Amino acid sequence: MLLEASEIGFRYSKNQWVLRGVSVAIRSGEVVGLIGPSGCGKTTLGRILAGYERPHEGSVALDGKALPATGYHPVQLVFQHPEKAVNPRWRMRKTLAEGGGPDEQLLAALGIQEEWLSRWPNELSGGELQRFCVARALRPQTRFLIADEMTAMLDGITQAQIWHAVLDYARKQEMGVLVVSHEKSLINRLCTRVVDLTQFC
Amino acid sequence: MPTQTKSKPILEVEELSISFAQYTSGLRQSSLKVIADLSVSVCPGEIVAVVGSSGSGKSLLAHAILGILPGNAAISGSIRFAGQKLTAEYQEAIRGREIALIPQSVNYLDPLMQVGKQVRNAAKIARGSSPDRAAARKIQREAFARYNLAPEVERLLPFQLSGGMARRVLVATALVSSARLVIADEPTPGLDDAAVRETLGCFRELADQGRGVLLITHDIETALEIADRIAVFYAGTTVEVAPVQDFSGGGEALRHPYTKALWRSLPKNDFAPIPGFQPHPNALPEGCLFQPRCPMATPECTAGRPEMRAVREGMVRCIHAS
Repeated sequence: MLLEASEIGFRYSKNQWVLRGVSVAIRSGEVVGLIGPSGCGKTTLGRILAGYERPHEGSVALDGKALPATGYHPVQLVFQHPEKAVNPRWRMRKTLAEGGGPDEQLLAALGIQEEWLSRWPNELSGGELQRFCVARALRPQTRFLIADEMTAMLDGITQAQIWHAVLDYARKQEMGVLVVSHEKSLINRLCTRVVDLTQFC
Repeated sequence: MPTQTKSKPILEVEELSISFAQYTSGLRQSSLKVIADLSVSVCPGEIVAVVGSSGSGKSLLAHAILGILPGNAAISGSIRFAGQKLTAEYQEAIRGREIALIPQSVNYLDPLMQVGKQVRNAAKIARGSSPDRAAARKIQREAFARYNLAPEVERLLPFQLSGGMARRVLVATALVSSARLVIADEPTPGLDDAAVRETLGCFRELADQGRGVLLITHDIETALEIADRIAVFYAGTTVEVAPVQDFSGGGEALRHPYTKALWRSLPKNDFAPIPGFQPHPNALPEGCLFQPRCPMATPECTAGRPEMRAVREGMVRCIHAS
């Protein structure tokens, strides 16, 4: 499968384009890094690919077809701050079920404890919550994962745990991953290819 | 400017514990100990980094030193500033003068006040009761010039600043305060490489002027770049304090098994995780806090909490470390 953004243009205010003429393509099974200085539109591009925003110019296509407007979105986005990505008034079990029933093997790989499922989000640490956000995004229908500074706030050990689980899953499911990060050593470790947004600035 | 010699710590935190009173159901209260027996010290001219995962409560250390914990917090242990015990009155007297905080984000600036004025206010507070507007303005302009903030920036409001500019304004408030201890709480997340380098350079400069800098961060790679010593925070306490040189190679010079595992998990090293997760404050294991995940654990490890002890130029909380 091929996720393709072509000639994307996006702006938040008049005459101030955040992205213009940006083209990126990711194939299934590929792990691609997305880098660039603060404010150059990395997060915006991730949001467009995952269908959170519509580009003002250009288009996003999955195998040549437009992304679905309803139903399960094949491109899933995991954010930097998990505490802002879960409903604070739902127990974790409900949050996890948002994308469908839990995959026991994946939960084990991510180190999610059975006992955490009955907790509220404020009873878990950032690292623990992020494991849930990752598990929620990794459903069989997910063809591409956008990891926007997914482990930037976590300690090294938790970061390595989560990425090992994600990469294993991506390999098994032939899922493509876009890694948005400021951390060079992490990008070098994970990615087979790097897209630098500076070239479009 | 400080007059102490390098050897005498400006800040000594010993066996600090912080607990919070919480309502569980109805009027029933329970107490949750978030930080336990934490010890760390900072000397003038030195940058000490406290490194731990986010949400683990390490910001509370900064808040405890400044005396700005919420009302339901109870603390024990001792905090000494320049050899004198920090009481609530003393904290209030020196906060903003002798101790400055560089907070996490632009949210800590007054959203409705021009940033130049905010820096001038910090300069005035630092100089006591006789506010001299012209002098404060001069100090603020010098600070802005030093951090490459254009003169017109002083009339901007916080929302008009970029992330990097806001960070430099926050650092400028610490610079003009002439504080002997600067506490920086997570100063780098979300900044790109150039901005990170710039911020770190500011801290080095503050330390080179003879101030002590306590850097609280989750990002060990950033800490390694500028800190002189690293205090590693795990499950609410410091498990090791090590000179920065010990973080090299396969981590053989490190003392605590957690620190070694953390070092090896970095992307630039093996990227190899160990299983498990940090225990919760309300479900701490018996004995050593790391023992359930530790490859070196023996039955003695469950017997009691290991004391912090000196091992080779550093401190460690492990009975097996040598």
